[in-house]
Amino acid sequence: MSCCGGALATSFALETVDPASALRAEELMRSGRVNEDGTVQYVFSVPDISCGRCMATIETALAPLDGVVSARVNLTMRRVTVVLDAADRSPVVVSDALERLGYGATPVDIGDLDDLSRQRESAGLLKALAVAGFAAGNIMLLSVSVWSGADAATRDMFHLVSALIALPTVAYSGQVFFRSAFGALRAGRLNMDVPISLAVVLALAMSVFESLTGGAEAYFDAAVTLLFFLLIGRYLDQRMRERARTAVTGLSRLAVKGASRVEDGELSYVPLDEVRPGMILRVAAGERVPVDGVVVRGTSDLDRSLVTGESAPFAASGGDRVEAGTLNLSGSIDIEALATAENSFLAEIIRMMDAAEKGRGRYVRVADRMARIYAPAVHILAAATFVGWLVVTGGDWYAATYAAMAVLIITCPCALGLAVPVVHVIGAARLFENGILMKDGSALERLAEADHVVFDKTGTLTTGVPRVTSSDVEGDDAGAARALAAHSTHPASRAILAFLPAASAGALSAVHEVPGCGVEGEVDGRRARLGRADWVGAIASGDGWSGARAGGVTFALEGGRLFGFQLSETLRGDAAAAIDDLKQDGLAVEVLSGDAAEPVARIAGELGLAAMASGQTPGMKIERLHGLQARGAKVLMVGDGLNDAPCLAAGDVSMAPASACDAGRLAADFVFTRDSLFAVPFAHRVAVKARRLVKQNFALAILYNCIAVPLAMAGYITPLVAAVAMSSSSIVVVANSLRLARNGKMGRRTQGAFAPRTTSRTAPLVREGVA
Amino acid sequence: MNVLIYLLPVALGLGMLGLAAFLWSLKSGQYEDLDGAAERILMDDDEAD
Repeated sequence: MSCCGGALATSFALETVDPASALRAEELMRSGRVNEDGTVQYVFSVPDISCGRCMATIETALAPLDGVVSARVNLTMRRVTVVLDAADRSPVVVSDALERLGYGATPVDIGDLDDLSRQRESAGLLKALAVAGFAAGNIMLLSVSVWSGADAATRDMFHLVSALIALPTVAYSGQVFFRSAFGALRAGRLNMDVPISLAVVLALAMSVFESLTGGAEAYFDAAVTLLFFLLIGRYLDQRMRERARTAVTGLSRLAVKGASRVEDGELSYVPLDEVRPGMILRVAAGERVPVDGVVVRGTSDLDRSLVTGESAPFAASGGDRVEAGTLNLSGSIDIEALATAENSFLAEIIRMMDAAEKGRGRYVRVADRMARIYAPAVHILAAATFVGWLVVTGGDWYAATYAAMAVLIITCPCALGLAVPVVHVIGAARLFENGILMKDGSALERLAEADHVVFDKTGTLTTGVPRVTSSDVEGDDAGAARALAAHSTHPASRAILAFLPAASAGALSAVHEVPGCGVEGEVDGRRARLGRADWVGAIASGDGWSGARAGGVTFALEGGRLFGFQLSETLRGDAAAAIDDLKQDGLAVEVLSGDAAEPVARIAGELGLAAMASGQTPGMKIERLHGLQARGAKVLMVGDGLNDAPCLAAGDVSMAPASACDAGRLAADFVFTRDSLFAVPFAHRVAVKARRLVKQNFALAILYNCIAVPLAMAGYITPLVAAVAMSSSSIVVVANSLRLARNGKMGRRTQGAFAPRTTSRTAPLVREGVA
Repeated sequence: MNVLIYLLPVALGLGMLGLAAFLWSLKSGQYEDLDGAAERILMDDDEAD
């Protein structure tokens, strides 16, 4: 179980900046819920939990803590539920303890969780499924005895018992279908549930009449088995969607829930929705800016990559505007709020997303398109059968109704009801194994249709973590530079730390960070600086590094030579190979970035992409997407930033990495949690294969109907034949769908790097990137 | 055939029992953490105390 060891080893590097812990406690305490007996329940999302050992480690470590009543890990959800004994006890002890064990923990608002569970329809569907399963089994038992030749008295009794089981079952388990059918009829439409409901109700009514009058044939088993099969499809579909939604909510949130307010020199906690324009808010290093504002005190480097797509940090000082969601990297700053949270930059993005979504044009799912043809066809056939029998038999209402009902039952889309959801559920499971979460089944259908892929650059093609590509630093200076870099959390310092080999350095003292400039310290009495070229150059002598281009960092000892580090963005794992795969699969690929022209051109060049655009605002990006769509292209948008969120909503289908902003992650149809960009071609291949299987399933179901419907219209269908035909067609369809679970062509290139379960950790990329 | 008078209720009763057991287990949260349950059985925490 190497996963636990890995988590422990990386823990030390994570938190160096400690936010004001009292404020954090207050924020944490708001996420808890007070139980009736006075204890308080907290739920933490801990994405690094991955095995039984993690579970045991956490539970044994938390249980003896002061005030902890109980601590329980949920391995499936990767959550820890902790009950504390009193409302005024600070839950910080718990999150600190988890942090010490090496598990990053994010409190989950129990209110959010309750909302989720209230929306959970799958629990109700499962109960309906259980009841239908019970009834189907028992009625089938009775029916088999009838079919094997029970005498008249026993047959009638069995029919009556079947009726007693079937009636309440249909009334309870059939509600989903009746409600949907009723809704569709009221709106003047036909959907798949209309023939289903009609068949079930008609079969039930006919069978009750048969049983009461001592008839030989009753369709109780067909009616209930039908419900049972269809509920399986419904349940699978529903559960898949809920699982994805829960997983997305469980990812640690980037958005701040509150802010630190500065008032008369005192800090206090303000929930985000109570922030008003004019308030002075403090943003410590390592935090995100809560609302749009203007800097009033302090200087710092800000990382706007998630907001605008710019890759280079931006040095902010008094008077500069900052957007909500910007990450503060080096120094603490005070900002004056210019807008409430609802009116911040984020809100504008959300308005654009809404507009984009409305313009997208509603996608009609394959199953619904099918229903539009299928439902009227079934009704026409049943009506034709009814009229035909009336004419042939010379007005025998009973025989005519009976034949029409047989047509409805036999055509009832059992196999059709399973054809799509089973494929989608298996597809979702296949993607989930590879760290890709899918929001709903229609996303898979839309992804299969995509013929154009548009990538964002910063955070999507690249990881947002810079790396050093070249440097001329040498000898003792390298050691000193490394020691100095170790004292800063700035991404550039981290990159230098990773680039230079560990070496002994002179004693380093008086280290301090100069926000907006760099880090300064003393080595053996000489000042040393690491940071911006002009600031470092002020203490250096003579000429040194000439390549002081943008994105570079310099180092010098007082009176010494100026050395430089050339930084560039790190490409996401396998980006080049993944893009090759996409091109091979016949997709057009292009880059749309909000970053400056030079870095975009470099990344596009490395990946061999000719189509690119830089300096794009969110509005320009959407225009580009609409332009493509107007030419008939189906666009897959892959992006992560706030500036991409409207595009994620506007694209025909969209993907986002787990490190994306909240808005982006919610807008995207797929979220991939692993570092590798192989997620994109992999998901596309699964989608294409799923589409093929769905088509095959429909073909199988139609073939079955071509044989069964003429028999039913001719009146040759008995309850026994109906039961066998329905079950066998459903089994064939499910068996065909299961082929998606096999490793097929998808594996070609993805075998090595993207084989299932290369790692069991699905920690957010941000964390992995930093560690 | 009179034996059916007993057999039918017995068969249905057993089925009902199964159904009730399932609905109860669903309600008492036994399906909340299936992966965790599989691991918990291997933990020897009763020796620790």
